[in-house]
Amino acid sequence: MNCDLEICNPVEPFLRSERMPHIWCPGCGIGTTVNCFARALVESGLDLDRVVVVSGIGCTGRVAGYMALDSFHTTHGRAIPFATGLKLANPELTVVVYSGDGDLFAIGGNHIIHAARRNIDLKVVCVNNLIYAMTGGQTAPTTPIGALTTTTPYGCFEPSFNLPALMDSAGASYVARWTAYHVRQLTRSMKEILTKKGFSFIEVLSPCPTLYQRKNKLGDGLDAMKLYKEKSKTRHGTSTLEVPLTSEGEIVVGKFVDRERPDYLDLMRGRLTEQLGERYVEMEHPVCQ
Amino acid sequence: MRADPKGVLTGIHFLDGDHAACEGALAAGARFAAGYPITPSTEIVERFSARIPTVGGVFIQMEDELAASIAILGAVWGGAKAFTVTSGPGFSLMMEHIGFAAMTETPCVFMNVQRGGPSTGLPTLPAQADMMQARWGSHGDYAIIALCPNSPQECFDLAIRSFNLAEQYRVPVMLMMDECVGHMTEKVVIPPAGEIDIYPRRHTTKPPAEYKPYASDGDLVPEMVHAGEGYRFHITGLTHDERGYPSLTVGTQDRLVKRLSRKIAAAADRLACYEEDRVEDADVIVVSYGITSRVAQRAVEMAQNRGIKVGRCRLITVWPFPETRIRALAARARAFVVPELNLGQISLEVERSAAGRARTILVPHAGGGVHRPEDILDAILEATR
Amino acid sequence: MAKGNVVINVERCKGCGFCVEFCPTKVLALSSAFNSRGYHPPHLVNLEKCSGCDLCGMYCPDFAIFGYKLAEAKPVPETEEAVHAG
Repeated sequence: MNCDLEICNPVEPFLRSERMPHIWCPGCGIGTTVNCFARALVESGLDLDRVVVVSGIGCTGRVAGYMALDSFHTTHGRAIPFATGLKLANPELTVVVYSGDGDLFAIGGNHIIHAARRNIDLKVVCVNNLIYAMTGGQTAPTTPIGALTTTTPYGCFEPSFNLPALMDSAGASYVARWTAYHVRQLTRSMKEILTKKGFSFIEVLSPCPTLYQRKNKLGDGLDAMKLYKEKSKTRHGTSTLEVPLTSEGEIVVGKFVDRERPDYLDLMRGRLTEQLGERYVEMEHPVCQ
Repeated sequence: MRADPKGVLTGIHFLDGDHAACEGALAAGARFAAGYPITPSTEIVERFSARIPTVGGVFIQMEDELAASIAILGAVWGGAKAFTVTSGPGFSLMMEHIGFAAMTETPCVFMNVQRGGPSTGLPTLPAQADMMQARWGSHGDYAIIALCPNSPQECFDLAIRSFNLAEQYRVPVMLMMDECVGHMTEKVVIPPAGEIDIYPRRHTTKPPAEYKPYASDGDLVPEMVHAGEGYRFHITGLTHDERGYPSLTVGTQDRLVKRLSRKIAAAADRLACYEEDRVEDADVIVVSYGITSRVAQRAVEMAQNRGIKVGRCRLITVWPFPETRIRALAARARAFVVPELNLGQISLEVERSAAGRARTILVPHAGGGVHRPEDILDAILEATR
Repeated sequence: MAKGNVVINVERCKGCGFCVEFCPTKVLALSSAFNSRGYHPPHLVNLEKCSGCDLCGMYCPDFAIFGYKLAEAKPVPETEEAVHAG
């Protein structure tokens, strides 16, 4: 079913409709973030043939398969280096990495900090549901202290990452956090990063009703959304060191970092032109005849 | 098509195997490499990093081999020819992405300059103990192609062939060098670009509405597209159907995995490449590859000088293994002697292919050096008893 | 009268309730009917209050609903998949 109505769901052109309904659970927030992403794409005015989505493994990793763009469902933790190769081979692509907290920050942790360090022009959307959902609800580097998961049956006792601070200190050019409740703000942030040069990162808190909510007796997805609404405080520009998520405390959201830095390609071209002058040759496109 | 002259350093050179492999990649049209330093392979990317900015491409040293091995796949889907280089410990780290490349049918080249193992092993010394790993190292059923050079000239020539085969079969190709070949310096002749044959990327000519990423007929190899061309395609490492969409069923798995294997198995005879001498009426045939083949040649001469009817078969394509040829030789010879810098890997394939019609005598070497010709000669003598 | 209208794809809905909760004018409620998967999709209970803001569409994780402003729209034909109040 594509658009056989006079009025179309604005999201429909971005979906592989033949694969609907998707696999995400009732009340899961991933689909909400995809809604925002689709709207941001429309508003950005980008040529959609040149927008590419790269995902890793996990529930959020399935986003790539549902979007009607050139999309790649890669290996666990390695969406970012794949996206790096893609971008360097064809700098005209707008490369979005859409993946989950475990994929990007546990197994993928090394890669994301280096990509931020290099300021590679990637737009990273991290859907943070505080857990490894696809594999049945194991603890993640973002799981709050005390939370019950299948691998922390007595409650998580590991400190969790402050993702915005990590990205900020690694060198990201744009760092924001929203929740799945903040649909308008998230759409706006996504639109901003789509046209911003450099490494951009948005953390989106999102409910995992089946595992995180249920195991911790926190209700369902809607209950999580209401909690986000109640506990969120928007503090644009605040220091990322001051925005860790705590079990009981407020959820600080907003745009924390938005700076201009030369991106990886600027730096590479700059250095090589300076050293080689006329002899420097850029990669041709298309490379493969 | 012919090679792009920008990457071809035509002339007569004095290069080691690593440097020659780099020039081979450039001549083949490689314009992206991602690597991570590991002895004894590092020189390949060191040279590439110096050469590529004036040829027209990108080199990036990634943070580890996990990143390097998938960055090249991203670059391929972005439109480039790409490769990475490594040795034992890095090869182990790259296994998941070799499987991902095989599953997604991403044409690419992995160069392994083999060193002593296991684990950290002997970083600066040769071995040939990753040969089975090249074939079976990643999980699941899939097939790859592996080539073994025995000289710097062959490092150049077979690097080009690796890229050509990768494109022809849409498969990761392993260029299995060893530290000795990689670090020995010999004459390397690089011909003019017009004399170098390049197999082009099998890019579809179908419009987006008709194109299916994994539909194939004939030679079982699907046509490819690149990101950014308007095809709006999806690629996944999950078991997938012809549209490229995940399809986690027994039927899809059967069709897909069997095609990935058959794609290479059916071409095994065409892919077979070996160099033979006096096998027609040989009683004993020495089967070897890589640096060991040079010692084997000496041993065979010594045996021939003693009047023994011994021939040699040097494998250049090791995977898919040239079963048909070995089986044919097994019908005539009494025994195979297989020297290798490991405790018996390709010898298992020789024995399997011989199917009992000829003995297989392994001449193992745990690595760190090369055989003495006498070690191989002793085995030849043993084979004649 | 209503300034907007809402189109619901009943079969995609998983009854999460986001649209009902976050509609600013409480136009929607979960119906007692089931779709073929056993979920309760929303239905319009207060269409006159609909402004066509499409917050329901933005929140929906299943792409099963969207709203639009009537002033910009042409009439929407009835189909089997769409349920909407006239």
